[in-house]
Amino acid sequence: MKHPRSAFGASPSRGRHQRPGKAGSAVAPLNRNQLIGLGILLVFACALPFVLGNYRVFQLTLALAYAIALLGLNMLTGYNGQISLGHGAFYAIGAYTTAIMMDHWDLPYWSTIPVAAILCAITGFLIGLPALRFTGLYLALTTLALAAAVPQLLKYNAFTDWTGGVQGISVFKPDAPFGLPLTPDQWLYLFSFAVALVLFILARNLAVGRIGRAMKAIRDQPLAAEAMGINLAKVKTRTFAVSAVFTGVGGSLAALAVGFVAPDSFNVTLSIILFVGMVVGGAASISGAVFGALFIQFVPNVADHISKAAPGAVYGVILIVLMFVAPGGIASLVRKYLSIGKTPARTD
Amino acid sequence: MDLFIHQVLSGLATGGIYASLALALVMIYQATHLVNFAQGEIAMFATYLAWTLIQAGVPYWGAFFITVISAFVGGVVIERVVVQPVENSPVLALVIVFIGLLVIFNSVAGWIYTYTIKPFPSPFPEQPLFGNTYLSSHDLGSAGVTLVVLLLVFGFFRFTPLGLAMRAAAQNPVSSKLVGVRVGWMLALGWGLASAIGAVAGMMVAPIVFLEPNMMGGILLYAFAGALLGGIDNPGGAVLGGFIVGVLENVVGMYLGSEIKLTVALVVIIAVLVVRPSGLFGKVHVARV
Repeated sequence: MKHPRSAFGASPSRGRHQRPGKAGSAVAPLNRNQLIGLGILLVFACALPFVLGNYRVFQLTLALAYAIALLGLNMLTGYNGQISLGHGAFYAIGAYTTAIMMDHWDLPYWSTIPVAAILCAITGFLIGLPALRFTGLYLALTTLALAAAVPQLLKYNAFTDWTGGVQGISVFKPDAPFGLPLTPDQWLYLFSFAVALVLFILARNLAVGRIGRAMKAIRDQPLAAEAMGINLAKVKTRTFAVSAVFTGVGGSLAALAVGFVAPDSFNVTLSIILFVGMVVGGAASISGAVFGALFIQFVPNVADHISKAAPGAVYGVILIVLMFVAPGGIASLVRKYLSIGKTPARTD
Repeated sequence: MDLFIHQVLSGLATGGIYASLALALVMIYQATHLVNFAQGEIAMFATYLAWTLIQAGVPYWGAFFITVISAFVGGVVIERVVVQPVENSPVLALVIVFIGLLVIFNSVAGWIYTYTIKPFPSPFPEQPLFGNTYLSSHDLGSAGVTLVVLLLVFGFFRFTPLGLAMRAAAQNPVSSKLVGVRVGWMLALGWGLASAIGAVAGMMVAPIVFLEPNMMGGILLYAFAGALLGGIDNPGGAVLGGFIVGVLENVVGMYLGSEIKLTVALVVIIAVLVVRPSGLFGKVHVARV
């Protein structure tokens, strides 16, 4: 059973998001240069909180939360081809789980993350069930509806005891454990970084493995995938669940970093922002989640600096120009420049 | 019961708004097989143009037609300049371009006209028509305008060679090119028509919700829902879908409270779509293996 699937995964598919030059080597481990580069990046990322001010560190923590959330969205939309405009809902579930557990039961912050993950897995799976009936636009509407419903449900009177209604809930920023000489912002950054690292490794292994190939096969050729013996319903609903878990954990970390959750920070715009980050970073690419997160965290600030009067216009122009230059996202651009001179460009 | 009838009728009035924007969405979909998320903002911007003209002393219907024509030209220009270069990109990239357009229009409108709400005149008389007590004449009038636009769209696609060429270009671009249809321009035309219809929708909405850069945000979601409920490839279905969504929203709001009416209405729509995945009146597509 295993053999035909791997053969399918290794064959160059006609998918639009196919990574150029990597079609046959998706399972190969990173080579030495890549490992060294990655190591340098990791050390650099760990050193950042000690050289930057608290506010910048806070922004980077948020970017990490976004990166995890985008990774989840990427699993679903990038790898599996199910468009979601409603991942803000899972972000909200993660954030509110953390806030409610810490506020109501005084539970430690780290214990809230697995609970958020489990809750999101269940919700994601349940939403994945009706989503099986929909493709393309109809799925986009269903998920968009989910995003639109979340702030209303959070404000709804019957749940106010839990959610705090319009006022939201304040969350205490955790101090560094074991008396480490770190500010809460620095500690939270390092904590989020560790969580992100684990989740990124998990996501990469999932994406290059048998299940990842099944996900991509469903995206590109659902009929052929089914003929190969892939259970479409099973893979799609589980992808939805996994995707929701990642995004929920991102939301959970964001709640800790911001120290506050309120219904209106989880509106439709958030879902659209996540979608933008996913595509701009690079769909169906693990590193794309990082680029996308940095983009949605910092580019609005840049736009604000360029034009105080109409920052949105600047942001919009940046978005459109970027899509002109790199329709496959920043990750595809980076890959293109890194691979110059190494492999001849593919012409398919 | 009287209250119920009242809610249904005022639901039909708001439904008319959703219906007209849903019609614009279907137009673009028929021409390009994409949903344009910037549709609402283009409509909003066109409405500001009409407002400027009316402020400058142009009579209402004069401003109306100038706006519709400018919106048409604007739509064509946007397609040629912004959308055409990314035509062959992945769908996801195209959606981002639409979102970029949305943000630009929203922000530029706020920059030029500020975010303070402005009243927008209605072309219809103040007294209710035909002495009825349920609907204002603007509600009736805008529903009438929507139906007229629907008839025009139907006639255009059904009876004119150009309409036929546009349908052909959307359905089978390669064959259309072979028989001499200029596919690229058909897409641009689709954008122009959709923008013009959107402009009509905007001018009909503005007297009710007041003119401001974010006025179309919620409406676009409902219009999208209406278009999909009716069937994204069927203009008549989309209009009916828009009306259904309007009524549903109002009735749900009356019985379950207005704070969750959006949620309940959307859940109902999705429940319907689970049973009929291509919409109530949409064509069921059978994929060939």
